[in-house]
Amino acid sequence: MPNWGGKLEKLDAYRYRIPADYKPGMRVPGLIYASEAMIGQIMADQAPEQVANVAFLPGIVGYSLAMPDIHWGYGFPIGGVAAMRVGDGVVSPGGVGFDINCGVRVLRTNLTKEDIAPKIDALIDALYYAVPSGLGSQGKIKLRGKEIDEVLKKGSRWAVEQGYGREADLSATEEGGEMIGADPSRVSARAKERGVPQLGTLGSGNHFLEVAAVDEIYDAAAAAFGIASVGQVVLYVHCGSRGLGHQVAEDYIKEMLRAMPRYGIQVPDRQLAAVPVDSPEGRSYLAAMRCAANYAWANRQCITHWVREALCGALGVSEATAGLELIYDVTHNIAKLEEHEVDGKKVRLCVHRKGATRAFPAGHPDVPPQYAAVGQPILIPGDMGRASYILAGTEGAMRETFGSTCHGAGRRMSRAAARKARSGRDVLAELKARGIAVRAGSTGGLAEEAPQAYKDVDEVVAVADGAGISKKVARTRPLAVVKG
Amino acid sequence: MYKYRLSEHTADTGLEARGETLAAAFASAAYGMFAIIAGLGSVREAETRRVVAAADDIEGLLFEWLNSLLYYFDVEQLIFRRFDITELSDTRLVADCRGEKYDPARHRLKTGVKAATYHQLTVDKARNRVRVIFDI
Repeated sequence: MPNWGGKLEKLDAYRYRIPADYKPGMRVPGLIYASEAMIGQIMADQAPEQVANVAFLPGIVGYSLAMPDIHWGYGFPIGGVAAMRVGDGVVSPGGVGFDINCGVRVLRTNLTKEDIAPKIDALIDALYYAVPSGLGSQGKIKLRGKEIDEVLKKGSRWAVEQGYGREADLSATEEGGEMIGADPSRVSARAKERGVPQLGTLGSGNHFLEVAAVDEIYDAAAAAFGIASVGQVVLYVHCGSRGLGHQVAEDYIKEMLRAMPRYGIQVPDRQLAAVPVDSPEGRSYLAAMRCAANYAWANRQCITHWVREALCGALGVSEATAGLELIYDVTHNIAKLEEHEVDGKKVRLCVHRKGATRAFPAGHPDVPPQYAAVGQPILIPGDMGRASYILAGTEGAMRETFGSTCHGAGRRMSRAAARKARSGRDVLAELKARGIAVRAGSTGGLAEEAPQAYKDVDEVVAVADGAGISKKVARTRPLAVVKG
Repeated sequence: MYKYRLSEHTADTGLEARGETLAAAFASAAYGMFAIIAGLGSVREAETRRVVAAADDIEGLLFEWLNSLLYYFDVEQLIFRRFDITELSDTRLVADCRGEKYDPARHRLKTGVKAATYHQLTVDKARNRVRVIFDI
């Protein structure tokens, strides 16, 4: 893998710029959030080139941005944020990715690490059996006839109406778990066929369930998030829109490649296929993408219900005792129409976040009332051996990154390299030695997701916090993990 | 008979495939993709599906071909291991794909493939080589 040899200027301790004259065709400069310690690793692959390529897209404003967990993706870098003017800019399915609304949610409990320690194995087994996971898994939910369209329109609300979860979960989900403007007629039959058998499944790859305990609290905002003390148990759910989202992305990349010449749009990589936001194809993609986003929210909502049942069953406690309230649910693969200030003026933008999380500050109208005083919760899963973080949105993010921040630790090792470095069995043994119980569909998959395959989430979050694009609230340490 | 090799990519997996003919290279790419997903040794040729893919150009056809096969894996849980391409032009491909429905008792699944992407996708018609990166 060749090192990237492009132009990069250090601006300060947390920011590096790729000047707009690096490549003819760049409409804006690139901006990478990273520390001195991290930038070498970021330049070890072609991710910065992808930041530069995204800057070609029509209507892009400010910078082509890369969050500190940036790594080489396909088309857009993972950790990429790009905002295009709705008036004359484009929307790109490659700027969202195949796994539309891949995202993460966190449930808090009233339990402590000590409460669950004696039953941790029973708990992780119960979670493993309650939530279908792994490659080839199919869901327990049987959708009949046109029911899939209801899932696509209503998202989490559909799930709650079916008895999966609580009404209060909705206001603790980005977009209320139900993105407005979802039109199932824009989703192909093929996409729906892929979605039907997979609703209520975790999937494979980097998707997981994690039982964790709070190990450090940094900010008083924790209280508003229901995080009261060190040792408190929380649960993470990380998954996306499964085959349905993949098919929507594929369908619209094809359609846009066909339409692009008509709009006179040229891109340096076909995976960046894009059309005007305000065009029939652009509107159609957004309507279909919102359906896939709603499917993903319904998916996480159903899983949440089973997680609650499994935990209460395994520990022999009631839901009232356990708590298990949803803190929040964030999407990290999405395009959204939002209003932001550009050069002192309010402008409507299509903000692409690919492997990036929304980070709206206190007082923003889209932050749910329970968090209005402290800012939107941001959930950053790290790797399965070290730590994960809960952050809060900031004004700094609104000023600099269209209200966005990082989404995870970010990979640093290829899957093949990770497999070569450690066997799944070694990874399992190491995690066990650290006191982390693991259930996984395949040990090979486990090797690919080894902690060493990821950047150090402490460093990634330190950059996001130091640059002011989000604020550290709490850190958690894993106790038990189900890998998809 | 299927010739392919996997390449390193930070988050995803790349594949280079070749053959005596371009059709053979397309078949090798399909085999390579299923070899990422599952151990193919224990997969029998019990079921056949005729897959027809169409696109505006040969690169689009490779993208469409591989993604069509993933559809069968998602919906019917079919793992294919043999690909007889009976027709291949720049814009249309017809293939009889043979394999078996996933059976947890006999098959070993490895790594999920979300999609074949267009990123750095190439079709070299002169040398019968193709290259693709998968979203894992």
